[in-house]
Amino acid sequence: MSSTPDTHETATFTGAALALGDDALILSHRLGEWAGSAPVLEEEVALANIALDLLGQARILLSLVGDEDELAYLREERSFRNVQLAEQPNGDFAHTIARQLYFSTYQHLLYGRLASGDGPFAGLAAKAVKEVAYHRDHAEHWTLRLGDGTTESHERMQRACDALWRYTGELFQPVEGLDVDHAAMESAWLASMTDILGKATLTVPSGPRTGAWAAGAGRQGLHTESFGRMIAEMQHLHRSHPGATW
Amino acid sequence: MTSDGWPLWEVFVRSRRGLSHTHAGSLHAPDAEMALRNARDLYTRRSEGVSIWVVPSTEITASSPDEKDPFFEPAADKPYRHPTFYDIPEGVKHL
Amino acid sequence: MTAVTADTAGTTGVSGVSDAAVAAEQAAYETVFDAAVAAEERIEPRDWMPEAYRASLVRQIAQHAHSEIIGMQPEANWITRAPSLRRKAILMAKVQDEAGHGLYLYSAAETLGTSRDELLDKLHSGRQKYSSIFNYPTLTWADVGAIGWLVDGAAITNQVPICRCSYGPYARAMVRVCKEESFHQRQGFEALLALSQGTEAQHAMAQDAVDRWWWPSLMMFGPPDDESTHTAQAMAWKIKRHTNDELRQRFVDIAVPQAEALGLTLPDPDLRWNEERGHYDFGAIDWTEFWDVLKGNGPCNDQRLSKRRQAHEDGAWVREAAAAHAKKHQHTGKHGEAQA
Repeated sequence: MSSTPDTHETATFTGAALALGDDALILSHRLGEWAGSAPVLEEEVALANIALDLLGQARILLSLVGDEDELAYLREERSFRNVQLAEQPNGDFAHTIARQLYFSTYQHLLYGRLASGDGPFAGLAAKAVKEVAYHRDHAEHWTLRLGDGTTESHERMQRACDALWRYTGELFQPVEGLDVDHAAMESAWLASMTDILGKATLTVPSGPRTGAWAAGAGRQGLHTESFGRMIAEMQHLHRSHPGATW
Repeated sequence: MTSDGWPLWEVFVRSRRGLSHTHAGSLHAPDAEMALRNARDLYTRRSEGVSIWVVPSTEITASSPDEKDPFFEPAADKPYRHPTFYDIPEGVKHL
Repeated sequence: MTAVTADTAGTTGVSGVSDAAVAAEQAAYETVFDAAVAAEERIEPRDWMPEAYRASLVRQIAQHAHSEIIGMQPEANWITRAPSLRRKAILMAKVQDEAGHGLYLYSAAETLGTSRDELLDKLHSGRQKYSSIFNYPTLTWADVGAIGWLVDGAAITNQVPICRCSYGPYARAMVRVCKEESFHQRQGFEALLALSQGTEAQHAMAQDAVDRWWWPSLMMFGPPDDESTHTAQAMAWKIKRHTNDELRQRFVDIAVPQAEALGLTLPDPDLRWNEERGHYDFGAIDWTEFWDVLKGNGPCNDQRLSKRRQAHEDGAWVREAAAAHAKKHQHTGKHGEAQA
């Protein structure tokens, strides 16, 4: 980073682009792990669609601030800026849906606001918000079906919502460079969860929404244990052939 | 004809404005809302359509495929007339 | 058949018409059917068709559909390790297409009066086959390229003629599949080319993959014509348009110059142009391996099938939940509205 007068501005923009780009990159990777294991063939196609949309968003965002492959494959774990929610393992289908519901609702609210602003991400957000609306819709429909389906699916979905609840506070930590009202977004998100979980006959989890660790979370480059293993798998081939083109 | 209780739906896609909806194929879904979403993912993932209809396959009433030809007697309406309609335990021969 | 009672009351055999009349009617249908096939007309689901034709189609379409969904596994094996984001996007889209193609094909099979559940059940219990090629492992990234170039190349050679199959729904599904698959082979070729022209290690990876995939790809066309049990009847019915050996030769003729363009060697010392025949001659295929893999002794038969079964079993509660939800809400159609 050169020491031009706009250094701070550049760093802010880079940080914000990495936060958004890493969210999309990492969640896309997790969804990609489903390939061949979805509960029904139609859902193979749906999950892959979401993964592909997110990967597309990640590539645009990372390319704004560097070489997409260098950023994806050569950064160390501590340099990734994605929220911890995005990296959470797939678990069962209920966990994947709960993760998607929490994340897509957040992303939809965020991109809607970015799209209507005049910041550097407005153009990108305007296109992505349509994709994300569909991801949210998909997650909501499955939440309704799993929550208000069988006793087993209800229990699984409730367990998943509860387990991932502690990663949702981080979504609304202000990110420098994203000119949105995070507090207002959080209220809208909570209202949406109350509505959709209620319709799905699920209980809004009551536990804490952030972990008790002063060091921070994903936005500060602090991740959960499974993340290291995930990026080791993601990066190993690329790193095994330094300088190679693919 | 269900997949774990998921009925079969026929999918019709309008490929662009000015054209009518055309039969694209079928899929399984638990209900109409999911059928629409599955159809969007499956039959329009390369931007092949601007509008989708889904209809439960059982709701379609069909004429004889070709009224002119006695060949097309609606016998084939009855899937139970076909051996493949029946589950036969493995190993049972000459059925 | 005796299980059907009430519904058979209206059918010819039980309604007092003599057996001879039934046989005569059957023969008349058969004549019209044969004429329709000969005239290159398409047979549609509600048309009368010989039971053997129906059974043969179900067998072939099911095997084709199963191959698409089992075929997702060897490639999905590399999604999480794809070496660039561009390659990752391409691979995810390709594996997604395979799920889609499986869906088109199961739909086509369902028009013949057999359900997807039934077909999946037969796959899971080993009563129906999928292409043996997917019983080989993908050991390196180059295998993804080799699958695209050789396996998809062989599949396309097989599938293009099926777009003219006498059975309408199968032919239409294949038109869609072939259209979508045109990118699959190209991306494989391009991925291999990048490796072949890359570092020494990358080139070696590409050559190793081609060495392993070449012969199994040739086996994809099935046993030689004199040992193929289904070919003659399938060709008479215009389900199949060319023999296994014709298609295999066509594939070899296309692949040899492509291998040269890639800068890779095909692992067959007997491969050479035969001026007289106007085709490439190639070495003997190890049919012992083919039959062995087909019988279940390939490197990945158990792995592929148990993964498929596992996914299906793990998904059962999800499918049940959605069905239960639909049942509860069938009168309102919408959520969050009071039920009348």
